[in-house]
Amino acid sequence: MKFVRRSWMLVTAATAVLAVMSAHAQAPAPLRIGSTLALTGPLSATALTHKLVGEIYVEQINAKGGLLGRKVEWLLKDDQSKPELARTLYEQLVTSDKVDLLMGPYATGAILSAMGVAQRYNKVLVHHTFGIPSLSTYDYAFPAWSIGADPGTTVPNTVFDLLATAPKPPKTVAFVTSKFPSIHFLTLGAREVAKKRGLQEILFLEWDFGNRDFGPIAARIKDAKPDLVWMGDIALEGNMLLDAMKKIDYSPPLHFHTYPAPGPMTMSTEGNRALSLTIFEEHAPFTTYQGAAEFVKVFKERATKAGLPYTSVEVQAAASYTAWQILEAGIRGANSFDDKKIAIWLKKNKVDTIHGKLRFDGSNNYGDDLMRVKQVQGGRWNVIWPQAYAAPGAKLQVP
Amino acid sequence: MNFPSFQLLTQSILSGVFIGALYGLVGLGLGLTWGLLRQINLAHFGLVFLSAYLSYHMASVWGVDPLLTLLILPPLFFLIGAAMQWVLARFEITPFNSLLVTFGITVVIESVIQALWTADFRRMETHYNDMKFTIGSLYVPVPELLTLVLSVTMALSIWAVMRYTDWGKALRAMAEDGPIASAFGIDQKGLSLILAGLCAALAAVAGICLALTFTLTPSQIFAWVGVVFAAVMLGGLGSPLGPLVAGIIIGVSEAITMAVAAPSWAPIVSFSLLIVVLLFLPGKIRA
Repeated sequence: MKFVRRSWMLVTAATAVLAVMSAHAQAPAPLRIGSTLALTGPLSATALTHKLVGEIYVEQINAKGGLLGRKVEWLLKDDQSKPELARTLYEQLVTSDKVDLLMGPYATGAILSAMGVAQRYNKVLVHHTFGIPSLSTYDYAFPAWSIGADPGTTVPNTVFDLLATAPKPPKTVAFVTSKFPSIHFLTLGAREVAKKRGLQEILFLEWDFGNRDFGPIAARIKDAKPDLVWMGDIALEGNMLLDAMKKIDYSPPLHFHTYPAPGPMTMSTEGNRALSLTIFEEHAPFTTYQGAAEFVKVFKERATKAGLPYTSVEVQAAASYTAWQILEAGIRGANSFDDKKIAIWLKKNKVDTIHGKLRFDGSNNYGDDLMRVKQVQGGRWNVIWPQAYAAPGAKLQVP
Repeated sequence: MNFPSFQLLTQSILSGVFIGALYGLVGLGLGLTWGLLRQINLAHFGLVFLSAYLSYHMASVWGVDPLLTLLILPPLFFLIGAAMQWVLARFEITPFNSLLVTFGITVVIESVIQALWTADFRRMETHYNDMKFTIGSLYVPVPELLTLVLSVTMALSIWAVMRYTDWGKALRAMAEDGPIASAFGIDQKGLSLILAGLCAALAAVAGICLALTFTLTPSQIFAWVGVVFAAVMLGGLGSPLGPLVAGIIIGVSEAITMAVAAPSWAPIVSFSLLIVVLLFLPGKIRA
């Protein structure tokens, strides 16, 4: 009797082990998505934002059961802000790590490098913040940052449309710009647009990326007395220039900044009333878009925990989240992990994202220019133009 | 090319003097270790930024006045510098290898800074930021003026010590011919430790000035290498006053270029100046 009971117990245990093993054997392999970010080096200031966003998205997707029944694994490498290293790492991701799909890096140089590799292996590349659409000629490359196919014309027009509504619209402009490629071409476009709209250019200055002394540039702007200063700045350059202006007791009546570091601009007193571009800010109507409210909440928690000084979702975080939304929509829409099928689906369909509905059927897969104009008001960024996207009650503030 | 107004020109020159003083202050410790200890200490840049971040942290989180950090950080960095020198001497690192080793230390410092304060931008907001006064039509910002005063004071003090004290003479003798200096009873090892500590303390002072005037991000460490190297090489290795004078020449030449011509020409002018001086007037500024 004892022998029979023991045998039964052994049989039951063996059956249970086999059942578990069989379940494991049948579980689909995780979907591996590979990408790089500039976790170190000169572009690293915004990398942590992109990293947090990617982690949040992968968690959210896996909490919903993954993609087409497969859990998602994100394989992330550090490209050290070096485009040439990004190219090598993307090559590794495809050939050595054998990832199923690619996700783009951020910043134009790294994206261009990744695009070359993606093209070689016919992989879809959804990228975050690519600044020069005319260079994105690969058929399977899809932009998450919707600046339109001709931002050199459309973006400045949006800005000047806003400024035309000012109580005293600017008549003279000083264009001062970094020679950083994706900034420089936008400033040159703005000069053309300004000329066509009858604004007088009274100063044009260029500096090399990495310039430290903005005192003389500030003094020249003060000397020129423009109604508007168009700053083709990136990261901290705008802050440094405003700081230099403050030191000589000068504050420009209107000042526009191309791609400033969002946190420092809102935190400094001289950044008040600064104008800039965005695709998303933390207020309606953006927060009513697909997944936006939840993302804003989670991002704030994670960014605070990670020790980021600026915990709001704005351009970088929004572009990053959008990129993941596009890839997910492509996979679900095509009902496949095949790059070609995903690309074909994306070209034919619109995707709901946290910064609006995107389409990829235009030149170089670019759709509408969804760039909005925002302004620092009371220590935070508010979208003020076009009016349909303005924060409740927000409008252009002038001195 | 329009000739700028007098005010624009003088304000720009003043701005060049201020940034040049910072180049000189950062370059002072680097030039001394290079010239006297025969070590190309790239970690100096890392220490400058570490000090800047510590100063930022003490001021922003603990509410310490940034000028008070001048009493705290330099002694601490003196110990760090002396400890680093002890390690380099212990393993008999050659001048060329010192470049590689200290580059590695800089990368480690950058990673530590990034781990502690993230790669995001950090700005030390203090009441000094808004302090300025005017002399005629010239605006003089107090943080930059402090940098200039500290830079001049440090350079002159070290120059006086090296010229008029036995310790300074021993240092110069050691740099000239170490073995002979040792034969005359000079303690090379002890002197090297003190000098390395002093240079690290100078890095701490430079870091505090940097935090007072600039927004910080870890990767900026390497952005200062080129121009500070230029100031040190123009000013002469081991010279206490040379980097300051050379730094101001570079700063002013860049500023005038920005005021008169195009800002993007500024680096071309300053580095052309370096090439010309190195080719035709080697050692003249130092002299």
